[in-house]
Amino acid sequence: MNLDTVIFIVSAVVAVFGATMMIAQRNPVASVLYLILSLVAQAVCYVQLSALFLGAILVVVYAGAIMVLFLFVIMLLNLRGSEDLGQPPKALSRFTKYTIGILMTLELVFIIKGAPLKAMATGLIGKAPDGFGSVEQVARLMFTDYLYPFELTGVLLLIAVVGAVVVAKSRKPGDPEETQTEETAGTNTNEAGS
Amino acid sequence: MVDYVSALSIDFNLIWPEIALLIGASVILLGSISKSFRPVIPAVALISCIVAMLLASQQWGHQGSGFADMVTCDNFGVMFKQIFLIASIVTLFLGFRYLKVKGLNRPEYYALILFSTAGMMVMANTADLVVMFLGLEIMSLPLYVLAGFNRRSLESSEAGIKYFLMGAFATAFLLMGIAFIYGAAETTNLRRIVTNFSYIAYDYNSTAIYFYSGIALTLIGFGFKIAAVPFHSWVPDVYQGAPTPVTAFFSVAPKAAGFAVMLRIFVFGLSGVELLTTAFWVLAVLTMSVGNILALRQDNVKRMLAYSSISHAGYILVAMTVGGADAVSSAIFYLVAYTMFNLGAFAVVTVMETRSGCRSEFSELTGLSKVHPYLAAILALFMFALSGFPPTAGFLGKFYIFSAAVHKGFIWLAVIGVMNSFVSVYYYLRVIKTAYFDEVKGKVTPVVLSPTVIIALIITALGTLGLGFFPQQLLEFSQAAIFGMP
Repeated sequence: MNLDTVIFIVSAVVAVFGATMMIAQRNPVASVLYLILSLVAQAVCYVQLSALFLGAILVVVYAGAIMVLFLFVIMLLNLRGSEDLGQPPKALSRFTKYTIGILMTLELVFIIKGAPLKAMATGLIGKAPDGFGSVEQVARLMFTDYLYPFELTGVLLLIAVVGAVVVAKSRKPGDPEETQTEETAGTNTNEAGS
Repeated sequence: MVDYVSALSIDFNLIWPEIALLIGASVILLGSISKSFRPVIPAVALISCIVAMLLASQQWGHQGSGFADMVTCDNFGVMFKQIFLIASIVTLFLGFRYLKVKGLNRPEYYALILFSTAGMMVMANTADLVVMFLGLEIMSLPLYVLAGFNRRSLESSEAGIKYFLMGAFATAFLLMGIAFIYGAAETTNLRRIVTNFSYIAYDYNSTAIYFYSGIALTLIGFGFKIAAVPFHSWVPDVYQGAPTPVTAFFSVAPKAAGFAVMLRIFVFGLSGVELLTTAFWVLAVLTMSVGNILALRQDNVKRMLAYSSISHAGYILVAMTVGGADAVSSAIFYLVAYTMFNLGAFAVVTVMETRSGCRSEFSELTGLSKVHPYLAAILALFMFALSGFPPTAGFLGKFYIFSAAVHKGFIWLAVIGVMNSFVSVYYYLRVIKTAYFDEVKGKVTPVVLSPTVIIALIITALGTLGLGFFPQQLLEFSQAAIFGMP
């Protein structure tokens, strides 16, 4: 067992542990912290796969920016403890949950126990070519083969921004296009009643 | 660097229709800063749809691929693009007055419809799973927002959240499936997946397991999008809560987009996989039966139409189970016909909902035939089409699908399908009965028929009747659409 394998096993275990703890926690802040832990461990795996740039991006963007943003939002919303997560689930739903969970786990084990890990141990998976995973390589792929998906991602982000504004924008009371008409007032009272 | 640029195979001819819609959406978003631009926004949206339609027609008969084999251009894609564009044009017409009455007239509505349609068109023309996924997201994100567009209404917000969560859940399945397929086939390109599949399938080691798990997971993901039965739980609440023009839109367009990709991947790409045929058989039977049986018990027209749209997805799944040129062309025919009469039915519901306090319950339809004989007649037409009476397009669509099924030896499937059609007659005719024969309690509030809604009603009614009387043209188009598909 060489050093690479040791590092891989440690980081893989930490990643799975972090992900499991993340969904097992009832406190959202702890969940986010565990997710960050898991992401950092995954970044180590990426680096081991010679994907240096992706590993760095994972830490900087996901663990660094997005998760910290999550943390801020959760703290600002002041979500705490178990009271926000509702009652414990009913017996039937618990049964389904565990059944599906066990089935999925078995399926995963069944799938994973196949080739790749064995191949990795015996060194069947070849070495990556020089410069693989560097910024230059990633950029070249992104702007040649994956140019069209790259542009589409831009459109997708634009839509996400527009959508977020539509959902979250505060309405000015005097705006003629926003004033509540008689009709909507009627439907609203009905909806409140139902 | 020149060699890279030439290797890109950038060919804008493949994506002009998408570009037209994106330009239209951007113009709307930027232009809405100025107050004086706002009145022309619907016109801009409409014009970009029509321009996209013309540009898409130009692609008819051209075969090609580009952008490093990410986009393909064929008649099949063009056919579906026209379906999406018809749906979005009718939706634009429907929304015009409804939004004003409900106080929702915001420019984003039009931009989001255009964005969503562009995403569907990307899906229809995809040659790569990555592009397909991005198209699906570009289609879905605007729909999530549109479902919750009426923020003052609790139901609309609920619809938005529910649709978003279930959609995100489905996306996770789909993405996992794509990852598995990529792992097994070593590519995301559809054509190369199909060529690699021939040796994966006969390779009974772990690779085949990855591949089939991937296929199963993507099937679940698409099942959510087309609202097939074990994955339909979100449909009724979302359809009921969303603003009605939006409901009209996502009862047809995303379904058609989902079917476009499913046909491309499962029917053309992986034809002859017995496991898939069995899976589709089960899905089709469940979707038809559960949709129809649950629709029987609904007292709300929008909910009833939601369940009915589930069962119609089942009829199209019958065609997918059967496979082969006849069944697929009849599926396309049915999709066009369904787009027409389902949009029409929702158009009538939209008109009814512009009255104050209307919640589209069945009881609110009473007396419609006395106050608005034409509207009642047109509603009856759409209901007859939905239940599959001749001479409407609904009858012919079902006829083509079921006869293709019988020809290929799927007798039981056809029998179950026909039985389901009979069951559905009950709840469709109940609408007509309520509108024509039920006793009127109190005063019937008349509705206002604005010119835009009348245009939408005329388009859909003409489509429903026209396809019923003259199906030949469309049938030839849909046969040409799949001609030469692998």
